[in-house]
Amino acid sequence: MSLLEVRSLRAGYGPVEVLRGIDFHVDEGEVVVILGANGSGKTTTLRALSGMVETSGEVVFDGRSIAGARPEQVAQAGVAHVPQGRGTVTDLTVEENLRLGAYTRRDKEVGTDLERWYEMFPRLAERRQQQAGGMSGGEQQMLAIARAMMARPRLVLLDEPSLGLAPLITQGLFRTLGDMNRDLGTSMLVVEQNATLALAIATRGYVLETGEIVVEGTATELAGNDDVRKAYLGI
Amino acid sequence: MAERARRQRLIVGTVVGLAILGYLLWFPQQQAPADVRLWTTAIYFGIAAMGLNLLTGYNGQVSIGHGAFFGIGAYTTAILVNDHGWSLLATIPVAAALAFVVGVAVGIPALRVKGLYLALVTLGLAVVFPDLTKKFVRGVGGTNLVRVPSASLRPPEWMPGGLQPDQWGFYLALTISLALLGGVWLIVRGRFGRALIAVRDHEAAATTVGVDLARTKVLAFALSALYAGVAGALSVQVTGIANAEKIGTFNLSILFLVAVVIGGTATVFGPLIGGFLVVMIQEQTTDFVADPPFLSGFLSGKEVLSPAIFGIMLIVLMYFLPDGIVGGFRRLLRRILTRRQPAEPLGASVAP
Amino acid sequence: MTVFLSQIMNGIQNGVIYASLGLAIVLIFRTTGILNFAQGEMALFSTYVTWELTRLGLPVWLAIIVSMILAFIGGALIERIVIRPFEQSSPLVLVIVTIGLFLAFNALAQLFFGVEAKALPRAYPDRNWLIGGVSLRSDTLVLIAVLAVECLLLWALLQRTKVGLALRAVASNADSARLLGVSAATMLMLGWGLAAALGCLAGALVVPTTSGLTAGSMQGILVFAFAGVALGGFDSPIGAVVGGLIIGIADALTRQYVPALAGIEIIVPFGLILVVLLLRPQGLFGHVKVERV
Repeated sequence: MSLLEVRSLRAGYGPVEVLRGIDFHVDEGEVVVILGANGSGKTTTLRALSGMVETSGEVVFDGRSIAGARPEQVAQAGVAHVPQGRGTVTDLTVEENLRLGAYTRRDKEVGTDLERWYEMFPRLAERRQQQAGGMSGGEQQMLAIARAMMARPRLVLLDEPSLGLAPLITQGLFRTLGDMNRDLGTSMLVVEQNATLALAIATRGYVLETGEIVVEGTATELAGNDDVRKAYLGI
Repeated sequence: MAERARRQRLIVGTVVGLAILGYLLWFPQQQAPADVRLWTTAIYFGIAAMGLNLLTGYNGQVSIGHGAFFGIGAYTTAILVNDHGWSLLATIPVAAALAFVVGVAVGIPALRVKGLYLALVTLGLAVVFPDLTKKFVRGVGGTNLVRVPSASLRPPEWMPGGLQPDQWGFYLALTISLALLGGVWLIVRGRFGRALIAVRDHEAAATTVGVDLARTKVLAFALSALYAGVAGALSVQVTGIANAEKIGTFNLSILFLVAVVIGGTATVFGPLIGGFLVVMIQEQTTDFVADPPFLSGFLSGKEVLSPAIFGIMLIVLMYFLPDGIVGGFRRLLRRILTRRQPAEPLGASVAP
Repeated sequence: MTVFLSQIMNGIQNGVIYASLGLAIVLIFRTTGILNFAQGEMALFSTYVTWELTRLGLPVWLAIIVSMILAFIGGALIERIVIRPFEQSSPLVLVIVTIGLFLAFNALAQLFFGVEAKALPRAYPDRNWLIGGVSLRSDTLVLIAVLAVECLLLWALLQRTKVGLALRAVASNADSARLLGVSAATMLMLGWGLAAALGCLAGALVVPTTSGLTAGSMQGILVFAFAGVALGGFDSPIGAVVGGLIIGIADALTRQYVPALAGIEIIVPFGLILVVLLLRPQGLFGHVKVERV
């Protein structure tokens, strides 16, 4: 059984329907990417999973329905959401942001995890006592990812991690995400416009167009699909 | 179609406006003096709220100190009438001018101090003002209460019709309020109105399109002070006194703000309606508690409850009409209109 | 010199009171972005509850603690029932709502507890020491001690606990905090509850030092507490304390040394605010809000 199973998910803002009934799933240990142009509903998909927009449909995570749950309940169930724009809590320090990431945990190993992520992202360690709002975009993205991982989530939702970052930094970021998936087995659902990088670390993928899934397949299949290549790989 | 809707609106507006005006002109002839004075109070509350709306609604600067400008107007009028023998009518422009000048002085710091901090500075104004009057005004028995001779409340000689003071006060307030309403209407529609709104919505952007930030903000302050000053001057015509107490001036400032918000911020008519409502609701709750048609066993002797009822009504009103009476009315109107004239099918125009 | 020190003491005593109420105001502003006009009247109401409890035979200190707990619950409920429905409203609407609360609480306090002044006994002996000619009252000492403990506890709560971290996170970025598993709703209730409890404490401390508890007791104090908060910075607990103390001391010194301003001493604290804000528009300890991109 899949870790995340989504069936006929609809979502929107007031009278405007953005998602028109989509089905997808994420298996344990997979990296699944959702590709799509601006306005196709990628961000709304993640926001719907986290209970930040009005939804209908079935969302089953780890055997439990989380459809209609509030954001904090979804987080407590083991889903970490790295929102678009990184969601930095600007008035807190870097370390406080990371500790906040572990808010749902009750165990005593928060300190150990903290050190591990500082090791993974030395830049964060250098700035641990700094106000998080003062960091560069790339650093804030690292912080957002490390903070999500502090929750020891089963599934991480990543909303356009490459947005606003320089190409070199983006490459490093995706490499790190790939490593994390391989080493820790954390499942990921990534929403991206940069299809090349995303497909490089993905197991499978979906293509979203105006709120509907139009293509799905393995990463290799998608990378080989002519329509996908034309629309999202710029070839 | 938009043109037709506009014309329809204009016609309906004119008819309703004339009907209200007709009723208002007739009103003081029929009612007891106390009621006429109450309505006059409602009108000058509306005037103060109209001015504050220019500042808070259109320009985005919140003041909780306009009770002080109101007080400046009231004292100017009362002192000129009582100590210097002026006619009350002649003092009104002076009260307006003085409030305007003080408004300029207060508006200057507002160039740097913003938002809540500005609100708190204006609160200081409301708190300081009563003490200032206590120190510098020598009124009845050495207190800061100034009473004008009752003869000064009578209409001037050239007024025909043998009006009583309360009736004269009502027509005077009504005339002035209409003139000032026209003033707001002209300001809002004109260059200055656009500057006010531009500054409220985005200061930096406003300067790039050539809005003089300092002039706009200070003038907004001064104009709103002028309106409050005129309201204060008119209050002397109704009450025959000028007075200032610490809590009173603060409460007045708050009530003006309440009038703006429940009437409808950044609307032309809203504050006038809001001012009217603030005065009437308070009066009605007081009357209700004093002589309740029901629950009389529970309510008798509990006059203190009326502000509580007023407070709770405010909260409920804000819940159902967050954009004020005028905003709520517009929403209602829009709903009726759209039901009658279904909009064009969506699909055609909203291609992604 | 002794006169000077005595006036400083007077100023501190008043300043501590402004600071305690100011702390409550800052706490709500930080967590919800609301300037709570009803803070003083909520404190007034809970102080009446304290008074009622002492009449039922509870020792004063116990009455204060019990009424603080009740105030906490009351504050949380007010947030849930009255404030929550306005979650999406404009700040101006919320100002009007808290003004509504202000009116309601003041009137209800008069209704339940009558209009005549109530005396609240001290929870400690009323002493007066003369040290080098300077009179030092036990009132002043207790007030300072309570404020110090209050600050310390509040600091520890906000900076050293997980709940405090969550409170600050919600204040800064509620959406993000929720995605990390923090229930923003609970935190907002907690913020209001804490503020109400602090206000209750402030009220209970004021009454013994004044001529008695009346419905107007808290309004003057609210104005000065607002002044202190504006001086210190709306988002800064330290600012509320320092600001409140400065206002209290400035007021006391003006009364003593500037006879020209007799009767209008209040100009000085507000003049001070104006000067400080002209130099530092965000208050002494306030932060300039960094725009999120």
